[in-house]
Amino acid sequence: MPEPTSPAHAAQDPGWTFVFMAWLVASVSTLGALFLGEVMGYTPCMLCWYQRICMFPLVLILAAGLFPFDRRVVRYALPLALAGWLLAIFHWAVASGLVPERVTPCSQGVPCSVEQVTWFGFLTLPMLSVLAFSLIIALLLLTPFKVPK
Amino acid sequence: MKRTLFLSAAVILLLAFVAGALFYNAQKAERAGQQAEQNQAALTRAHSRVLGPADARVEIVEFFDPACETCRRFYPLVKDMLAAHPQQLRLVLRYAPFHQDADYVVKVLEAAGRQGKYWETLDALLAVQEEWVVHHAVQPQQVWRHVAGLGLDLERLQHDMNAPEIARLIAQDLEDARTLKVSKTPEFFVNGKPLPSFGFEQLKALVDEALASAS
Repeated sequence: MPEPTSPAHAAQDPGWTFVFMAWLVASVSTLGALFLGEVMGYTPCMLCWYQRICMFPLVLILAAGLFPFDRRVVRYALPLALAGWLLAIFHWAVASGLVPERVTPCSQGVPCSVEQVTWFGFLTLPMLSVLAFSLIIALLLLTPFKVPK
Repeated sequence: MKRTLFLSAAVILLLAFVAGALFYNAQKAERAGQQAEQNQAALTRAHSRVLGPADARVEIVEFFDPACETCRRFYPLVKDMLAAHPQQLRLVLRYAPFHQDADYVVKVLEAAGRQGKYWETLDALLAVQEEWVVHHAVQPQQVWRHVAGLGLDLERLQHDMNAPEIARLIAQDLEDARTLKVSKTPEFFVNGKPLPSFGFEQLKALVDEALASAS
């Protein structure tokens, strides 16, 4: 019986693939957000910033958990992913008019309720954010992260 | 194996980002050039404030927000350039008052211009910009505090700043900014050409190039 943290065990661990895929989703989302903000020059609204705060660290935390594979990384990443998911849901509600804009913290003339980007006629940024955080949460939950005693 | 997978994924993502950014910027520069070329009429208007000789061979058009910090930092640099080439260079100021209530300051400036003190007022206000722009919003009362010492007829100023011509002029400038895809301030055009990328060095290079080809 190999040690749970030994490289031989890690190499066979199916959880690795899930965490790796979660890292991929987080990286694509992070680079996408940076592209929109820094290259295309869209100013992120306040809610976008909070979601970025939850998304960006996932890239580093999940990567750190991959080498050597440490399944406990799920426990450290999940709170961020859940917080980001809640913010994204709220943002989506604001953007689709379910929640009135005035209760949300917005500043500098970038209202959270204005859709700056719409792709294919329906895909908006808050929606993509909900999708990304949902995927990350699902992948992390698929990882068997409870270390057996 | 896993390490290779991870590293190649990371490299591919980063390369895609960099390639995307380069491609996007190249496209944007090209579009901006075409945009400006097709819309030369939108670059200057009869109402625009001009500093420098009318027959100057090189013209800098600046889309400008009096409440914008970067505009303020560029202002003395641009003025230095004008001073260095008093015969060949002129500056046309266009308004892009994107900050909250920045159009209020434009109205004050234009009204001061009717009393022949446009540039004095602009200089005086920009010198203490941080006192009347707080958290990117204009504080009108602070503006008045700094306008008071300039020897202007304040009552007339207050009346003039609400003139419909001034509101129309701002609307026209904003429309031209949209036409030329100006979304940030300051934005410069040198003899109709936009900056390849933002920065004072780039502006200076473009001006020097225009001066060299014009002489």
